[in-house]
Amino acid sequence: MTEDRLWYLQWIASLWEFPGKTKQMLLSRFPDPEELFRVTKDGWEELLAPKQVEIILRRQEEALADVKARVGETTGSSLRACLKEQYDNLGRLGISFVTMEQVEYPKRLREIPDPPLGIYYKGKLPEDEIAVSIIGSRDCSEYGSYVASGLGKYLGERGIPVISGMARGIDGISQQAALEAGGLSYGVLGCGVDVCYPKSNERLYQKLTEHGGILSEYPPGTPPAPFNFPPRNRIVSGLSQAVVVVEAAVKSGTSITVSMALDQGRDVYVVPGRVTDRLSDGCNRLIKQGAFVFTDPKSFVEELQETYFLQCVGPKKSKANKAKAPEVPKELQGLWTLLDHTPKSVEELQKNLAEPLSIQDCNIRLMELTLSGMAKQVSPGQFCKA
Amino acid sequence: MYSTILSGALLGIRACMVQVEVDASSGLPAMSMVGSLGAEVRESRERVLAALKNAGIDVPPKHVTVNLSPADLRKEGTAYDLPIAIGMLEALGFFPEGKAKGILFLGELGLNGEIRSARGVLPIVREAAMQGIRECIVPYANVREGAVIPGIHVRGAKDLEQVMVFLLAGEGERDSILPYVTLKAEELTTDESLRQADDFAEVKGQEVAKRAAKIAAAGFHNLLMLGPPGAGKSMIAKRIPGILPPLSLEESLEVTAIYSVAGLLGERSLITRRPFQSPHHTISPPALMGGGTIPRPGIISLSHRGVLFLDELPEFQRNSLDGMRQPLEDKQVQITRVGGNIVYPADFMLVCAMNPCPCGYFPDRNRCRCTEPQIKHYAGRVSGPILDRIDLCVELRSVEITSLHEAYSGESSAVLQKQVERARRAQEERFRGANYRFNGDVQAADVDKYCTLGEEEKKCMEKLYGEMGLSARSYHRIRKVARTIADLAGEERIRTEHLLEAAMYRPVQEIWKA
Repeated sequence: MTEDRLWYLQWIASLWEFPGKTKQMLLSRFPDPEELFRVTKDGWEELLAPKQVEIILRRQEEALADVKARVGETTGSSLRACLKEQYDNLGRLGISFVTMEQVEYPKRLREIPDPPLGIYYKGKLPEDEIAVSIIGSRDCSEYGSYVASGLGKYLGERGIPVISGMARGIDGISQQAALEAGGLSYGVLGCGVDVCYPKSNERLYQKLTEHGGILSEYPPGTPPAPFNFPPRNRIVSGLSQAVVVVEAAVKSGTSITVSMALDQGRDVYVVPGRVTDRLSDGCNRLIKQGAFVFTDPKSFVEELQETYFLQCVGPKKSKANKAKAPEVPKELQGLWTLLDHTPKSVEELQKNLAEPLSIQDCNIRLMELTLSGMAKQVSPGQFCKA
Repeated sequence: MYSTILSGALLGIRACMVQVEVDASSGLPAMSMVGSLGAEVRESRERVLAALKNAGIDVPPKHVTVNLSPADLRKEGTAYDLPIAIGMLEALGFFPEGKAKGILFLGELGLNGEIRSARGVLPIVREAAMQGIRECIVPYANVREGAVIPGIHVRGAKDLEQVMVFLLAGEGERDSILPYVTLKAEELTTDESLRQADDFAEVKGQEVAKRAAKIAAAGFHNLLMLGPPGAGKSMIAKRIPGILPPLSLEESLEVTAIYSVAGLLGERSLITRRPFQSPHHTISPPALMGGGTIPRPGIISLSHRGVLFLDELPEFQRNSLDGMRQPLEDKQVQITRVGGNIVYPADFMLVCAMNPCPCGYFPDRNRCRCTEPQIKHYAGRVSGPILDRIDLCVELRSVEITSLHEAYSGESSAVLQKQVERARRAQEERFRGANYRFNGDVQAADVDKYCTLGEEEKKCMEKLYGEMGLSARSYHRIRKVARTIADLAGEERIRTEHLLEAAMYRPVQEIWKA
């Protein structure tokens, strides 16, 4: 592919308001940028919807004005220089760009029904190794957060990349855990890769650029508009072999991702929840419809291994693994066994103890468990299993 | 003719003596009043003239001048009506000179000559007694207020006529006309029937919150309770004054003086229960802090030596809450108006309650549909400086029906009060000669001095600091609370278990941030 074409493709890809189909249409209609820039308002009106005409005319004008300001006239070569300038600008921002027509383009993404024309990214692109995406509710429960971080950690330790949307809740938690375990993770955003959304995940964003990547089909500076997110989800599932749904209510963005994953022929695993938990309703419904059931990271990875003839699945040797699971001291055992992944109040725990303890002794012991990393304090008075 | 009558003025909750001087001379009939008078004091002229006329006294046409001395002190309120009237009567020769000597007068006059109640009788009578004055006549409605002060005869008068008869009578007859009332303050403060009616034994379940309340009461720590509606936050708050040690006589007089100045004493003589104030969250900053053109004590001063309960903390106006920062630090509030500065005491225990999220049910995800930013934003509505002043935080859950049926309901207020008193005695011992009264008062700079840790405890603290991402502020807070927990346990030294428990009660905002 010539450089000219790459610059041109980047310009087309930067028309983020347009759906993929329209971009493809533009590309096949006008293989040469000069032709495209010659099209007038009437010409566009035949091709595009009224709103889109407005957008493309504005973009056209911007580009042409830019060229004029630089060279003073609009010739073919100056137009190319302008597109090149736009492309080079990405490099100055530390952002890379890859199009479908390049070999670096993720292979798995090519297979999906509506692949993005180009991908902007910071850090690395996922290689062709197996990858798992973990998705779920933004406002997850302690249970969801426990499962997500457990799975993220397990995959991270085994070098299986975790792909997700870097959102609050399940997304961010699983990615964080994978990175902490020394693994790789890729975040697919619904905004430009230079925009950290949500702001609260600033640290995760930084770490992802170092150990994995931040990907987006939208050009730098694109705001996180709500309609950007469903299309982004197709890339999340598209980049992975299997999708694990941790927690989802019945109506949620997660269900969109699941239907896209199924269209793409990805395996959908679902974490079952209690029938009384509203946040697990969506998951339980998917199981009812025949999704794979996720029970634990180990058997999940074993199944993946069988399906995809996976080789290198053994925990990487790291310091974290060498340290044995801490043994629960005898006097703390009673309380520890009562702890659950849903937060329990101290009173509730005290009531169910086999050997009675005063409330302050319960407080003290629970704090000891928290300090040694075996329990988690949810609030002053409520604890759950770490 | 010239006369001078004793009266008193309020300065915050203290008082000073005022001389009412009246001069009656010949000249054009007129009555003029001077001496830095507020509007109500100037209006006194009309009330006094009408009251004298309606009491059957024919005021002769003289030039009357009234001066309230010290003349540079701003005079407010209506309690000067009676002394002005008496001064005029003496100056105009209606009773022999010297009959009103050494008697302090206070009271508002009605146009019919009736004597109506006045604000601040207690502090003025107390000041008078200290100045060596032995007699005073106050409105009948306020007589019980002044009667607790020893060494001064406090007589209550209903109307001007009674006072005239009293002044005209001989020394021997006076007691039968206006008998003086004495109340023994010691008896009032130990009166069992005045104990708080609400008992902790009525609160079922919520053991952690009850324990937090006990610790807070023992060390005079400020407390924050989180929980869904109906979990019992208000119930617990209301019972905290009942487990604080009873008011001492000195404290009781302080509190009564504040209520007297605020005109809220009513029929009571001495306030013997710890105050409990629970303002609505729409309260304005002046109502909370004290103020007005004639400054009056605000809710925080009315909570002095007691509990100020702020329910629905995030709903309070930000400037109301932020105004409390200085009083929380200084234990008093300074109100500055054009007329001058006034300082009211405000040493209260702050007890707050809030829902954990806008809907109230977090972390119960089946009922709570609030998003994480919403929850954080809600918690963040409580300003940092106020949060910094809160030593203990506890989360309550909805009470299960089973624990409502349980027979066991925990310790009663009387038992808790004994434990709190014991911890208080340990603190008295510790802070003897120091500026502090309770562990909750200790400033960061003195934490090392009063909340000493051994080697093992220091290690525990380091571990807590590292594992839980504590701030320097919460580090000090945990040590102070641990000191109180140790005091409750009757322990000389702070031990690791005390630190661990204290760490559990750190503010939820900090736990969520980590």
